Amino acid sequence: MAKITVLAATGNLMVAEALRQAEPDVVSAYPITPQTTIVEAYSKYVADGRVHTEYINVESEHSSMSAAIGASAAGARVATATSSQGLALMWEELHIAAGMRLPIVMANANRALSAPINIHGDHSDVMGARDTGWIIFIAETAQEAYDNTIISFRIAEHADVQLPVMTTLDGFITTHAMERCELLDDATVKAFVGQRTPINPLINGDKPVNHGMFASLGGAYFKVKHAERDANDASLPYIKEIGDEWAAVCERPFDFIDAYECEDADFIVVVLGSATGNVRTVARELRAAGIKVGVLRIRLYRPFPYAQVREALKNAKAIAIMDRADSFGSQYGPLGLDVRTALYDLPARIPTRNYIYGLGGADVKLAAIRQVFDELQELAAGSLDEGLNYLGTR
Amino acid sequence: MQDMTEIRWHARAGQGAVTASKLLAETALLKGSYIQAMPEYGPERTGAPLRAYTRISSAPIEVHNNITNPSIVVVLDETLLSFVNVLEGLDENGTVIINTKLDVDEARAILKAPPGVKVAVVDASGISIDALKRDLPNTPTVSALAAVTGTVTVDALKDNLLKTFGHKFSPEVVAANLASVDRAVSEVKIG
Repeated sequence: MAKITVLAATGNLMVAEALRQAEPDVVSAYPITPQTTIVEAYSKYVADGRVHTEYINVESEHSSMSAAIGASAAGARVATATSSQGLALMWEELHIAAGMRLPIVMANANRALSAPINIHGDHSDVMGARDTGWIIFIAETAQEAYDNTIISFRIAEHADVQLPVMTTLDGFITTHAMERCELLDDATVKAFVGQRTPINPLINGDKPVNHGMFASLGGAYFKVKHAERDANDASLPYIKEIGDEWAAVCERPFDFIDAYECEDADFIVVVLGSATGNVRTVARELRAAGIKVGVLRIRLYRPFPYAQVREALKNAKAIAIMDRADSFGSQYGPLGLDVRTALYDLPARIPTRNYIYGLGGADVKLAAIRQVFDELQELAAGSLDEGLNYLGTR
Repeated sequence: MQDMTEIRWHARAGQGAVTASKLLAETALLKGSYIQAMPEYGPERTGAPLRAYTRISSAPIEVHNNITNPSIVVVLDETLLSFVNVLEGLDENGTVIINTKLDVDEARAILKAPPGVKVAVVDASGISIDALKRDLPNTPTVSALAAVTGTVTVDALKDNLLKTFGHKFSPEVVAANLASVDRAVSEVKIG
């Protein structure tokens, strides 16, 4: 039986504790608000001898991901953490980590991107990484950030997955708010995550190998990218299997999506991360008033669980898609594009409205959520148009 | 219906409001409540006005946003009263707790507190300077809050202080903090 400690903890502390329990061989990291307290806590675990990790202080995020790539190719269990401009600075390495099929676990404190400069929570940074080939989780709570981080090691290092995993939580709202959390005992977590068994590690005198070789015109490069696409798509059942296994240990549910009252809902709001509870709170009020509403949260953002999303939304009369990031030049925000893609394969056409909300940490007030649900009723009735809307800017 | 208490803290950076918001939450957690405590981070410079929030509930807390309709407001720095509307959104039967040398009637007059709102005053800075030789009003103010609202008990607060300060500070500092709790509890005035 797992021993559980109930504590008041921030999301960052819970991520740091998950990392401590998984005990990577190498952590290379550079501090950036609001990720800093993760690496601050981890470096203290190293200094206090609580973990046997080679902690590499680097001069930038470009270097932290480069060091993580080298260490993972060598065969080590590797973790790092970043946020915002730091994630942006890693851009080229993110593709390299995934293209080389390297298990690396990275926490990201989801934060706005400059300009203008802003240190607060939104999804602009993580959405910029959505096409890099990383598996991406977006946590609703500090507790879930802990759970996602623990399963990330098993997923990344699974022999049939071998992909980097990003375990993300919303900047300040989740990283810095203190909540009631449950920490499982070290032995239970260590037994669950186990040890990494590297495939073709660089450090192996008996079987010398090269990694990240030149793959010239067409042929080899093309095939590797095809294999990378397949690996992403094929990872879903493994993610489910590992998530379910952890769910049985921690006694908290796991799924790619978290559907609240969607089955018979006429009006559904699709949302990511820490704003979900606000939407659910309003949904409860409306359900109590007899209005059939639902909330669909997507916990696993990449690979995007199209089939599950489609299934959860298929009976709705109108759908709102809440994006905490924009995709400039595109007709919709990132989640808007994904959800509408999922809906395309349904026989009936369900009208949608895409809302850009909470950029730069803007407070997500319940009144704004009530407005979204009200507008869904108008949308279904045909008295309001589809399209993209900024929520609460003017 | 969820039984939730929402508390908003007004202070200047460096006065320990964030610590206070967490101290209160942690104390409630130890008694089995669900909690949330978060600062509203702005430019982090000492002396800048800031807000922090604490939620305490009998059931899991789902909302993650700022508190706009608190039932309790705490003001750690009375100079904020001249330019921050600390009563904004306060429940009509809510409570304001202020670190000040003013008496209750003077504080009510400055706040223009509506009749239903209770106003509590405590010279937390004075108590802290006596006990710790430093102006750290957060612990005495949280103690006053416990005494006048019962959101957590004074005993639970002292237990938590003993637990968290016990392995961080010298026995003298811990004793001085506990003494400041008792003084705040006996000196807070409400009306």
